[in-house]
Amino acid sequence: MNVRKMRQMLKNQSGTISAIRANGELGRRIRDMGLVPGASITIRGHAPLKDPVALRVMGFTLTLRNSEADLIDVEVK
Amino acid sequence: MTATIALAGNPNAGKTSLFNVLTGARQHVGNYPGVTVEKKEGIYIDQERKFRIVDLPGTYSLTAYSMEEVVARDYLVNEEPAVVIDILDASNLERNLYLTVQLLELGVRVCVALNMMDVAKNRGISINVDKLSMLLGAPVIPMVARSGIGKKEVMVASGEVADLSAVRPKLEITYGEDIDQALAELTDLIKEHRFLTDTYPALWIALKYIEEDKQIKDLGKGADPEVSARLEKIVDRLSRHLQKTLNTYPEALIADHRYGYIKSIIRQGVVTYHHKQDRLYISDKIDKVVTNRFAGPMIAAATIFGLYQFVFVYSEVPVGWFEGFFGWIGGFAETHLPEGLLKSLIISGIIDGVGGVLGFVPLLMFMFFGISLLEDSGYLARVAFMLDRVFRIFGLHGSSVMAFIVSGGIAGGCAVPGVMATRTLKSKRERLATLLTVPFMNCGAKLPVFALLVAAFFSENQAVFMFFITLAAWVGALLVAKLFRSTIIRGASAPFVMELPPYRVPTFRGLVIHTWERTWQYIRKAGTVVLSISILLWAMMTFPGLPKSEEHGFDNARKKILAATPLNTASGLDSQKMGDDLSPQAESVRKALLRVDAQEAEAALKHSVAGRMGIALEKVSHWAGFDWRTNIALVGGFAAKEIVVATMGTAYSLGEVDPEETMGLSKKLANSPNWRPLVALSLIFFVMFYTPCFVAVVCISREAGSWKWGAFSMIFNTLLAFMLAVLIFQIGSALGF
Repeated sequence: MNVRKMRQMLKNQSGTISAIRANGELGRRIRDMGLVPGASITIRGHAPLKDPVALRVMGFTLTLRNSEADLIDVEVK
Repeated sequence: MTATIALAGNPNAGKTSLFNVLTGARQHVGNYPGVTVEKKEGIYIDQERKFRIVDLPGTYSLTAYSMEEVVARDYLVNEEPAVVIDILDASNLERNLYLTVQLLELGVRVCVALNMMDVAKNRGISINVDKLSMLLGAPVIPMVARSGIGKKEVMVASGEVADLSAVRPKLEITYGEDIDQALAELTDLIKEHRFLTDTYPALWIALKYIEEDKQIKDLGKGADPEVSARLEKIVDRLSRHLQKTLNTYPEALIADHRYGYIKSIIRQGVVTYHHKQDRLYISDKIDKVVTNRFAGPMIAAATIFGLYQFVFVYSEVPVGWFEGFFGWIGGFAETHLPEGLLKSLIISGIIDGVGGVLGFVPLLMFMFFGISLLEDSGYLARVAFMLDRVFRIFGLHGSSVMAFIVSGGIAGGCAVPGVMATRTLKSKRERLATLLTVPFMNCGAKLPVFALLVAAFFSENQAVFMFFITLAAWVGALLVAKLFRSTIIRGASAPFVMELPPYRVPTFRGLVIHTWERTWQYIRKAGTVVLSISILLWAMMTFPGLPKSEEHGFDNARKKILAATPLNTASGLDSQKMGDDLSPQAESVRKALLRVDAQEAEAALKHSVAGRMGIALEKVSHWAGFDWRTNIALVGGFAAKEIVVATMGTAYSLGEVDPEETMGLSKKLANSPNWRPLVALSLIFFVMFYTPCFVAVVCISREAGSWKWGAFSMIFNTLLAFMLAVLIFQIGSALGF
């Protein structure tokens, strides 16, 4: 199994979310946007200063700050 | 009574398009009571029926974290609309259904409008509408809102839902054994004590307790603290159990099961994909260029510059019309009203005041149009994405950039549209911090003051100096933002979880409606307040008038000049018409008379409330190097920064000075013993940072939702500006400048 934090994923890498370690408002925001364990995601790219990160989930594009991506574990394909 | 239909849906799902298509021009914008969330209402009429349509704020969910969500939820529960039309983006069904599920959990009557069927079709997504309708237990109507396809059908279906006499059974999802068991226990307790059940369904209350929903828990504590405590105890037990066995939170588990339920719907043949799902769409191809590491920032800079040009250069013509119009009215009043206080009130108080408010209108319309274009097309989200890293350092958000630019981040903007531009910011703290710091930018009205002072004292390096002034404003604004975010608006930054919506060509109609409704709101809300403050400022600079004895003195001076004038010269003066050349003698007499007028104006200003304030303030202001004349000008600048220059002219007995023609004043300052370059520098910093003009203050109060923030920005900014000015003046003096 190749699990890593979302921040460490490279552009165009895909994977399945295995765990989300965010609680409270952030946790809820993340889940509201469809980031839940089992969802498959693809990294679309990073902003010019490497942060935030843009990713594709359920057919749409979402952005997260790196500090937020740190709380999401992804099993990389 | 007309039945009400509420529109709910995710941001970017086409809610506004549907609202516009349904209501046409029969709509108005207001605010939800007590909050700054926009409330849009309109009327839908066809041959058979009439509905009141309420556009709820776009939300992804019905939790209680954002103001928008609380507003939407309260509306659904308290106002009980006959039907809720839930607008879904068909090309993005899975996430959109998350809100639908929550609406069904709440037990409201839902009619689903499946929007953007054209986009879904292009993406090779086909949806079995009947099956989806059957599984959800609600009508599902395919549509393309922006072109009005399906509008009639949606309203027919909504009408049918509204007419249903039986209440729909609430959706009951299974959330897994542990939670279901706790839910049953909670629901029993809630039903037994009729705990909040007059307002909410019992199961829903139970769910919200498990989700740790602050609003509902507070309501519950207020209603029946004992039952509330018992409920919380059950939730605690569940929470500990889930932590131990599954290492997860109850609310996370609930979300998982909602998505699981949605997946099960979709997998029952509701959605078929004809292409591979992660292929690149046009939007993604555009993004490859537009958010590219090198091209991206350059395109963003060009776009921002373009927006700036559009707002401030192209609006010049209509701004000119407005100015011309009010100039004409003022001129009309000047010639047709009898001399006296009433005339002065009408011209300087009312016409200038109303003109001041309406003068911003073309500027605002251009700004709202430009920003709506960027927002609706989806580009603004990309700019926020690219710049977030920079703005985050100061506790702001990527989207703050637009407000700063419009306010004068490129010198010459205006804080009023800048403050309004903060509406694109969705996170509360970042928005407030942006709102309070954009007035530091160098708006177009501060520029004449800077130009005057730079021309008088730093004429060798004008360009460098102006650049330096712009830079100082940015540094100041960002540092103050940082200060606010680590003191009075402290708190973690809102999550940057943001959708990058697919690029879309905005509809012209949508842009026009958007622009107009925001502009109208400004006129209506700012107008009344601005007019009264304008009259107040006029009164401060007019009353009390000169004592009779002094007035006589000036009259006598005039009489003396005229008495010394030969009769034919004087009659030449009287009969002088526009464009006639005066004889050299008559010209010198006229100048002498004007000098007396100007001296009288100076004396009257000194004598007025504002003048006395200026003189009284000298005790403090001399620390920064300002004399009473500067003080009055700064007081006047609260009305509008342009007035600083005009008032200084009056105070230096030059009569009113046109801000565009300041050579005379500039020379006068350069030769005045009270002035030297250090004083000018100190004043430049003071003008840059002191209180926003009152139109901006009114807007800040409106946008921040409280007069406290308007008052705060006046006091804080002035104190900050004064500190800076004193610092510059004292250190400079000590160094011998």
